[in-house]
Amino acid sequence: MRGLQRGSIAVVGAAESDLGLVAPHTSPVDLMAQATMRALDDCGLKLKDVDALFVAATQVRMGPMSLAEYLRIKPKVFDGTQIGGSSFMTHVAHAQMAIQLGLCEVAVIAYGSTQRSVSRAAASPREFNPYEMPYRPILPISAYAMAAARHMHQYGTTREHLAEVAVSARKWALLNPKAWEKEPLTIEQALNARMVSYPFTVRDCCLVVDGGGAIVLTSAARAKSLKQKPVYVLGVGETLSHANISSLPDFTVTGASVSGPQAFKMAGVKQKDVKMLSLYDAFTINPILFLEDLGFCPKGEGGRFVSGGAIAPGGKLAVNTSGGGLSYCHPGMYGLLVMIEAIRQVRGECGERQVKNCDVALAHGNGGVLSSQCTVIFGSENTL
Amino acid sequence: MTDLMKQSPLGTYVEHLKKGELAYQVNKDTNKAFFYPRAIAPETGSANIEWRVSKGLGTVYTTTVVHYKGEPPLNVAMIDMDEGYRLMSRVEDIDPVQVKIGMRVKFKVHPGDDKALPYPVFTPAGEAK
Repeated sequence: MRGLQRGSIAVVGAAESDLGLVAPHTSPVDLMAQATMRALDDCGLKLKDVDALFVAATQVRMGPMSLAEYLRIKPKVFDGTQIGGSSFMTHVAHAQMAIQLGLCEVAVIAYGSTQRSVSRAAASPREFNPYEMPYRPILPISAYAMAAARHMHQYGTTREHLAEVAVSARKWALLNPKAWEKEPLTIEQALNARMVSYPFTVRDCCLVVDGGGAIVLTSAARAKSLKQKPVYVLGVGETLSHANISSLPDFTVTGASVSGPQAFKMAGVKQKDVKMLSLYDAFTINPILFLEDLGFCPKGEGGRFVSGGAIAPGGKLAVNTSGGGLSYCHPGMYGLLVMIEAIRQVRGECGERQVKNCDVALAHGNGGVLSSQCTVIFGSENTL
Repeated sequence: MTDLMKQSPLGTYVEHLKKGELAYQVNKDTNKAFFYPRAIAPETGSANIEWRVSKGLGTVYTTTVVHYKGEPPLNVAMIDMDEGYRLMSRVEDIDPVQVKIGMRVKFKVHPGDDKALPYPVFTPAGEAK
């Protein structure tokens, strides 16, 4: 039996840490530990049950060690793969490898950031690149802005299309009590907001807030005996292609065109089976690109696809029902929270923003400057 | 093979810039140009690489205008050079918002000083593409 097996592991616990603007001197590891214990309480497991730890955070150089120290546990399996915001999706794949091989039983993936409290520059310093830094792009914003500009040039995508993504996210956020943004947003307001890196205004860019989360995964067999309805990992896919935007060959195509098909193939589902999409919306161009590259609309049609409230509450396709990185929460590396909303939808916990019969949810993570793309497809017991 | 005890890829690149030249490398096995400068050719790992001096002409592939608080807007663009490689740069001598995808541009050196290395910038080349 080769390769990762559909449904061999399940998410049994999921929780956010405190979000938004936390108390002074809170450390990212405080948030990781808080989220870890909330996620363990969620499934009724204890710290002593945890034998695998997956951590990546820009503020914590050696993630697994720092969290293992704080919790005072000694995991048998650990991984600190750091590929940006999608790291946590890759951690799911690595946890699945380890659990399937019987190397561990209970895996925790955790993240925390205090980037709002300490400033984004302090939380995510960039290494010097002599071929980019002299030009003073605002990174990562300018990289994504240039991708949007190219998409607009090649496919006729407009600033209004980008604003539709922001407005849709805000509508979902107003249904989420945990969302940072509490006020409605119109297309006009999004277009007229302060310009940051053309074509992006501040409303095209994700929030800069504190936050974190944790999920607990175990074997499908063990999952059945725990408190929550298991959310099975049906499929995973991942790819990485570059570190700096100068090395991206085509600014209109992302690696989701590679990771998506991998995940769909392993999960044995098609786009029409997916009831909810959690797409890493660091910028408004992201959902447009990912909807195309994951096969939900043809390449180049993403802008037109998201128009007219198509991905807003009551629309054609439920995307980023939490309010997304644009309106709910984006603590620097956002992939864990992307997955938590998909997991909650499959469990049926989303209250006012719940998608009916959400048996299959897709979570897509993006890292760096469109650099890494990882897809995880979750399913309820009905999909086994 | 680049002898990293004697000279680095960035070091060679900067030496050319100090002479007013934009230099790039070619994989002699495949005749494909690549950028940024490396010790080995990407994709094949070949040591059979050659430095060349660019004619300095390229086309804007994509562009943005950056707004830092309290500063005039700044152009940042990706330039596709005629020799077949791409680099990030800035198009000068033009209103940043007037820089358009498809515009032809030509290289000039932004000189370095005791704090910073020289680097390539571009100006509009006049011919349409």
